[in-house]
Parts: sequence; C-alpha cells; structure tokens
Amino acid sequence: MEPEFYTPLGAGDTPKSRSARVSRRSFIKGIIATGATVASGSMLGTLAGCSAETSSTTGIAGTVERLITLNINGKSRRVDVLPQETLAMTLRYKLGLTGTKLGCDRGECGACTILIDDVPTYSCSTLSHGVRGRQVTTIEGLQAANGDLHPVQQAFVDELGPQCGFCTPGQVLSAVGLLKVNPSPTRDEARRAMSGNLCRCGAYDHYLNSVMRAARTS
Amino acid sequence: MNNYKLLGKNFTPPDIVAKVTGKAKYAEDFRVEGMVFARLLSSPMPHARVKRMDTSEALAMPGVIGILTADDLPPVVSPQKPTLTNEPHYVGEPILALAAESETLAQDALEKIKIEWEPLPFTVDPLESLYPGGANARTDGNVVSRGSSGNPPAIEDTKWSARDFAAVEEGQLPMGQAQAEWSYGDVEGNFKEAQYVIDETFVTAGTSHHCLEPRSALAYWQNGKCIVHGSSQSQSFTHPFLAGMIGIKPEDLVFIGEYCGGGFGSKGYAYTEMSIPAHLSKKINRPVMMRVSRAEEFFVGAARPGFQGRVRLGFAENGRMLAADLHIVQDNGPDTGFNDFMSAGDALALVYTPKAMTFKGIPVATNTPPRVPQRGPGQNQLACVIEPLLDKAAKHLGIDRVAIRALNDPDNDTRYGPKQRGLTSAYLNEALEKGAAKFGWQEKKKLSGKKNGSKVMGIGVGQAYHSAGSKGYDGLVVLTPEGKLHIHTGVGNLGTYSHTATSRVAAEVLKCDWNSCVVVRGDSRKHLPWNLAQFGSNTSYTMTRTNYVAAMDAVNKLKEIAAMDFGGTAGDYDIGDEKVFSIADPSKSLSYAAAAQRAIDIGGKYSGQEAPEDLNAMTKTSVAGLAGTGLIGVAKDNLESEGTPPAFAAGFIQIELDIETGAYEILDYVGSVDCGTVLHPMGLDQQIKGGAVMGFGMATKERHVYDPQNGLPAAVGVNDSKLTTYLDLPLEMRTTAVDIADPMNPVGSRGIGEPVMGCAAAALLCAISDALGGHYFNRIPIVPDMIVNATSGRDQSHGPLAINTF
Repeated sequence: MEPEFYTPLGAGDTPKSRSARVSRRSFIKGIIATGATVASGSMLGTLAGCSAETSSTTGIAGTVERLITLNINGKSRRVDVLPQETLAMTLRYKLGLTGTKLGCDRGECGACTILIDDVPTYSCSTLSHGVRGRQVTTIEGLQAANGDLHPVQQAFVDELGPQCGFCTPGQVLSAVGLLKVNPSPTRDEARRAMSGNLCRCGAYDHYLNSVMRAARTS
Repeated sequence: MNNYKLLGKNFTPPDIVAKVTGKAKYAEDFRVEGMVFARLLSSPMPHARVKRMDTSEALAMPGVIGILTADDLPPVVSPQKPTLTNEPHYVGEPILALAAESETLAQDALEKIKIEWEPLPFTVDPLESLYPGGANARTDGNVVSRGSSGNPPAIEDTKWSARDFAAVEEGQLPMGQAQAEWSYGDVEGNFKEAQYVIDETFVTAGTSHHCLEPRSALAYWQNGKCIVHGSSQSQSFTHPFLAGMIGIKPEDLVFIGEYCGGGFGSKGYAYTEMSIPAHLSKKINRPVMMRVSRAEEFFVGAARPGFQGRVRLGFAENGRMLAADLHIVQDNGPDTGFNDFMSAGDALALVYTPKAMTFKGIPVATNTPPRVPQRGPGQNQLACVIEPLLDKAAKHLGIDRVAIRALNDPDNDTRYGPKQRGLTSAYLNEALEKGAAKFGWQEKKKLSGKKNGSKVMGIGVGQAYHSAGSKGYDGLVVLTPEGKLHIHTGVGNLGTYSHTATSRVAAEVLKCDWNSCVVVRGDSRKHLPWNLAQFGSNTSYTMTRTNYVAAMDAVNKLKEIAAMDFGGTAGDYDIGDEKVFSIADPSKSLSYAAAAQRAIDIGGKYSGQEAPEDLNAMTKTSVAGLAGTGLIGVAKDNLESEGTPPAFAAGFIQIELDIETGAYEILDYVGSVDCGTVLHPMGLDQQIKGGAVMGFGMATKERHVYDPQNGLPAAVGVNDSKLTTYLDLPLEMRTTAVDIADPMNPVGSRGIGEPVMGCAAAALLCAISDALGGHYFNRIPIVPDMIVNATSGRDQSHGPLAINTF
C-alpha cells in the first residue's frame, strides 16, 4: 500500500499541493495502517550503524515493509525506515544528509523544510514512508554537478542572506519552491511564501533581498 | 573617511557557501563510530528533592548502556548552576542523562526510572519572595549577593518588612534593603530644581533566547583527550571553561565550534549542558550524542531576567534630565543569574547623563529557567523603560522627541556614573541626526495620530547602548612559504561574520590581497590565539586590536629579515604588493613567500620557536604548534584603551495601530548606529535589521510566562512564545551608520550587536504610545489586549507590578 499523505506548508502552497493535503482523520488512519502494529519499535534503532544490512529482518514479521526506495535529489536510495520515522530523521541519520536541520521537530520553525515534488514541506512532520514515489529535494540536491550554486543559493550568498545559518537550508528551499510556481513574485508575495520559516537572528530582510535577486537572475 | 583597501568594503565570508549548501556542520551533524545517544531526565517540579531513585529496571533493558547522575559529578557551591542535580530548582532542570544504543530506547528507559520526589516551596515572583514569610526559591536563601571583586556570588536570605511593603502606595514598587546601590551628585536637590518629575512603576518581562539550534553536543575520548562538538557563540573563550566543567586540563580538550545556530548570549562561552556528553562518554567509554529537544532548549537554554521596578526622573524646563532614581527588583532565576539590573543602572547614567542619580537593585531567585545574558542584558530592558518616559517628558514640556534625546545624550567629553568614567568616543547625537534625516523625522512626525478608519499612525524614536569592546587578548598570523597569510582567530561563529571582518585588519596592515588570505578558525586543533568571547558587542573592537598587533609584529619581522639580507636597519624597509623592499632601492625586495622561508631558516622568534612572555598560555601553545611553518606574527594587545568604548544605536519607526484590535503594522523602520569605523557594511546592515526584529518581539510579542500556582511554564515552544516572523515586519528596513573612527581602536572600530535590538524595541513602544496620544504602559511586552483596554477606557487585567501576565 502506498500511503497518500504528507503535510505541505500552508504558505507557498500551490493549488496542486492543496489537493494532496489530507484531513487529520485520514492522516491518523494512514499512520494506523502503516505503523500501529510496530509501535514499540525503536525509531532510531539503526542509527549508529546506519547500514542497510540491519534492514527488514529486525522488523516484526507481517508488518509494513521497512526497506524502501526513496527518490532523494534525483537518486534512488534504498533505506531501512521504521514506520513511524520522519523524513528529517531518515535524511539526517540514515542518508547522511545533515543539511536538513531540526530546529523544533514539531512543525513550528521550518528549519527542516525540503521539497516534495517541488512543494516546500516540513520534513520533521512528514513520515518517510509517505514519500515513496515522490521526488524529494534537499539542500544537498541544489548545487550543480560541476559545483555551481543554484541561482537561489548564489543570491543568498550575494545578498549576505544568512546570519547563523541554521535556518538557511530551509529558507533556501522555501525560496526555490516559491520561484517554481511564481518566478516573479512581488516582495509581499515572497514574504508570505517564506513565512513558514522562522529566523531567530532576524535575517528576514536579507533573505527577502536574496529571494528577489534570485527571481531577477534565474 | 579612510583609505582602507579592505575595511569598510563588503566581502564574501568564507563560511557562507557552506551555510547555503548545507555543508556547514553544526554539533548535531557529526557522527562517530560507535556513537550512542543520550537523553535527559529533567525535573517535573519547580523545586523538589530526589528522595529515592531506582534506575535498576532501566539499566537492565537491553541496549541501555549507562547513566550519569549528580552523584557522578563534583558538587557545586550554591548558588552556582549544577550540571545535574538532586535538588532541581526549576521545571526542566536536568536530573540525569541516560545513554542507549538508540535515542528511542534511551527515552523508553527514562520512563522506567522511578523517582520519589519531595516537593519543596517555590516561587515565580521575586516580590512574593521578598514579602515576609514568602517562599524562597532555594532552601538556602533567595538573593544572590554579587560580592565585591574577587568574591564569588553567595546566596543570602532577604525579606523586606511588612512596613516596607505597606509604606508605598498601591501599585508602587516597595524598596527595602537593596543588594547593590550607588549614588552620585545631589539627587534630592536636583529633583527639587526639576520642573517636571515622573514617578513610574514598571515591569519588563523576561524572554527566552530560543536559539534555533538547540544546545545538542557530541563528545568522545581518544588517547586521553576529550573531543567535543558543541554549539557556542565563541571558540577560544569557550575552551578553558569547558575543560574546567569536564574536569580536565585545557590541553586535553579538543573543542570544535565552527558553526553555531544562534546564541544571543546564552551560548557566550561554556555552559554546563555541553559537558554532559563528555562526562557520560568517559563513564561508558562510548561516543555520546546528546540531542536537546526544542522543549528542553526552552528550559536549559535560559532566559533574560525580568524587572519589577520604579523610576523617578526629574527634568528641567528645557528637557535636561537633572535627577534620576532607579530601583530594580530582578527576577534572577534559580542560580547565579546575571547582572542585568546593574547594567541597567549604568546605562541610565551613561545614555541620559543625569546630573545626579541613585540606583538600588536586588536580584531575587525564582524557580524559573536560569537567567543569563541576552542581547543587551539590562541595557535593552532599560531602553524599553526610559525611552517612552522621555517622550512623556517631551510631550509635557513641549519639546521635540528627538531634541530631548539629543539634549541629554553623551558626547566625547561626558563623564558618567558614580565613578565619572569617560568614553573612548561617543556619536549618539550624530546617529540620531543621521537616522532622523534618513527616516524623514520632521515630516513623518506630522503624521502622528493621523486616523485611517480604526487605524492610527504612530511615530517613534528609540535609543540604546551597550559597552562595545575590551583589550588585552592575543593576535596570531602566519605568512607561509606559499605566500599565503593565515589569520588565526579564536573568534566564534555566532552569525555576524565578525570572525572574518576583524581578521581583515591583519590583511589590511600587511597590505595583502584578500585572495592570499586564509581565515583559520573553528577548531582548537588549528592553533588559535586567546581571544575574548563573542558577547558584549566587543568583537569588532577587541579583535581588530589583536589582529592589528599580530600583523604589526609580522611587518616588523619582515623588515628585520630584509635588513639582515640586504643590510641597513628595519627602518630602511617598507612593505607593499606582498613584498618587503628597501625604501631607497625598491629592487632590493623579498616576496612574503621568500621572507616566510627565510623566517623558517632563521628560526627563533621569526618562526615561532620563541614567543613573547606576556601571551596567554593558549596562544603560546598555538605558536609552539605552528613553529617552523612560516613567519609568525604574534602579540598581546597592549595598545592604549582609556574609557568605555560604547555602542550606540537609534531606531526610527512608523506604525499604523488598529485601536479596535490592538494589532499594529510597521510601515517603516530606520536603524542608525555609532560603531566607529564600519568594517563590513552588509554585515552591519544585517545586525541592525536582525537586532530590530528581536527588539520588536521583545517589545510586543514574546512571552515567558509561569503559572504561579504550579510553577509551570505557559509558553515553551517557538510558536507559543510568538517569535517575530516575516509577516510582522515592514516590507523593507533601512539602515545608516555614523562611521566616525574611534581614537582608541587602531582602525577606529567598535562593536554594535546589542543596542540595535534595544533601540528598535524602544522605538516601537514609543510609536504605540504616540498612536494612543500619549498613553504609557510602563510594561513590556505591550500586547493587543492591553492596547484595547487602553483605548476603550477599561482597566488593565493586571496590576502595575504583576508579572507572568499574558
């Protein structure tokens, strides 16, 4: 079974993504369907080793498949995923993609924002099982193979976007998601699209300058 | 104006590409083979004692490796903050840490630990604790004495008498025995002379730091050394303190803090939580990753102290502040706390230069999160209190609001406070002037009170101050045989790019192309010099000095080597184009690369086999580690520094306040600063705006509320705490700077990070009061309920001294 749920951001949403949003009720039903019978499993059970060998044999027989294939940054990645595991944890602790930051792990700050089918999404509030068959883009997937920065990344450098940098990967991906659906946003549209990403340093004005520059240059 | 090639110019910081590509590694991004996970068990009660603890069931679980309790650690002297404790003083205080093969397992195991608690009396209100019979937050007392210099803080039991409380009018701050007090001038005489006297009671709420990166840490031991990946605003300054907390010598600690996801004062240097994985790792002989959750970060991540206070201000007819009398009761949290209240007193004396002043303050313990410095600790609360009252005086006396500030502001000749200290230089007036011009104050102030439906225009100006520099730290640079200038810096990465902005001074002095320079930092194995921490707005002043003296040492050595090779004396040579050459015959020259090789050949002081005696031990070790790698420039900053180096900021704001809902919209904001020579224009721009964002939150949004009945917090997460977002800001923010060199800094620079927050908070408060036609709340945050109550003529739902209000 392929669960059909994930939780897109409110801001920066596209009509397409809205149709994919599901009710709380079906979200809970989805979790029950995929994970309830192995609820006692350890979410980070294989963290330290991170090897695929520990895979599905450690799960309880007859439950949801654990060794799944995810499409991350254009590559198929086989990964051992617990039913209740969030995408942020899979990325950070199973796939070594630590550019995705956990600021709150509770859907409040946006530091963990990634793109799912080009839509900015909180990976701390997305189950890894739910993104099978979808295109996941993390901050590591933006740079070109030859090392060139993505135009949004370059704009963030040119406008001195980040301060401490911890929220930056999420800010960059929200900007990339915005420009996919709205290549020439007004400054007001940009800040509304970015408003799911908190920055405690208060670098908002420079981030907005970066988004507007990226819109001009990309 | 100056003729610098690098200073005052923008640059691409060497760490920024890693920040936008996700390659920047913060503490939680490191992995070590065999790494296990630790979770904290923390107190569910505001004050209690562990009577019995049974960990047997948890430790018997497969995959559980070990625990660390307070009994494993040396005891601390009250009121110092313990690393772990059997007598927690606030909800969320760590009791023990447990390590297991997985984090979930660790959390499951914590559930199996049985603790029998003995609840103890607690308080979340300082005034309640001072009242006769009031509860003490600690069993041994309720007030932390600051002690005179050299004496550690001590805990005392202080109660004011019922008479102290009864002697004041309803709603006025009582003032019994103070813990710190000073006075200068004829205070009562000046009050008598005053044409207008303000006497107000005020409350400033505490605020949590809410660093976006929680203080997670990874530690392990290798060949007798402890390696810690931690989150700290600072690099070198953190090192010895962390070693002390772990109980090892500094040379046995490797500290890696290349990136830090926000500190705002709470990660100024080592903090106890950072040492927990190190202790646990030593005990169980496995690498330990301790992830701190967002909720835990609220508790252990500390907060700004709140104030309950009273201030009397006496003004002459022309608006000159003649006398001030400031009393502050500080919510000091459960342990040592911080000196906010004293800094507030200093700031009043310095920014408004009253002819006479009295200060009294007392820090009172509460069972709430630890209180540590937060951006402008004391000075920014003070700005929020005094700036609106200046407006009140200006309105009463019929003076322009910028003019009354300019009249009272310090200048280069000012002597302030009880010690009548001077300033290195002061251009707050110029910052006001420049900001007012950019904002269009004269035109905009005419819009004050203009109505648009239920919305009213408010115009505000605010000022703030923090000291901005120190002296006596070390600089270290290396010219390598490859012709590179390695600038070693012990400055941390708190997000200001000052690690590089200050390093560029060395490149400027040595006339190096910036592309020939490498900033070396972020890891104690990289041979870093002893530098002050990234707190107190000091970096731009302090570490421009260290880099200057190190580079000057390198210049002298270059000239001496040239004199050895070509004859004459060092004075016969100069530098340029990365060469040292004879002034008389420029064809006699050595490239920096060749000179570096010569330095290695000559040895001694030239390549670090010898180092100046007056260096800090850390710098000496670093020089020894670099010996023989090139021409070493190293020196302690013994440059002159007389007076307090100040950072001044002024904010100008235009808002539209909806008097039916209490909501406001910021239409324009201009931040204007005096920080001496501007080192990095875009970086300064970032600080002015980012500080303002935090200031707006402090003034009107952020909550740090405790339930007095149960001692429980009401706003733990970033959502509940109402951090400022994109949507709370004007579409664009503007900045400007005075850019006049400070004579006590070799490149004229001073810091600025803190007052840029306070001036914005104060300006916003003033604009709200302006929109309301001169209603002054004497409280932060001003929340919409309070505005609606004010506009509809209802009483506020809290008394003037109430804290923990929503």
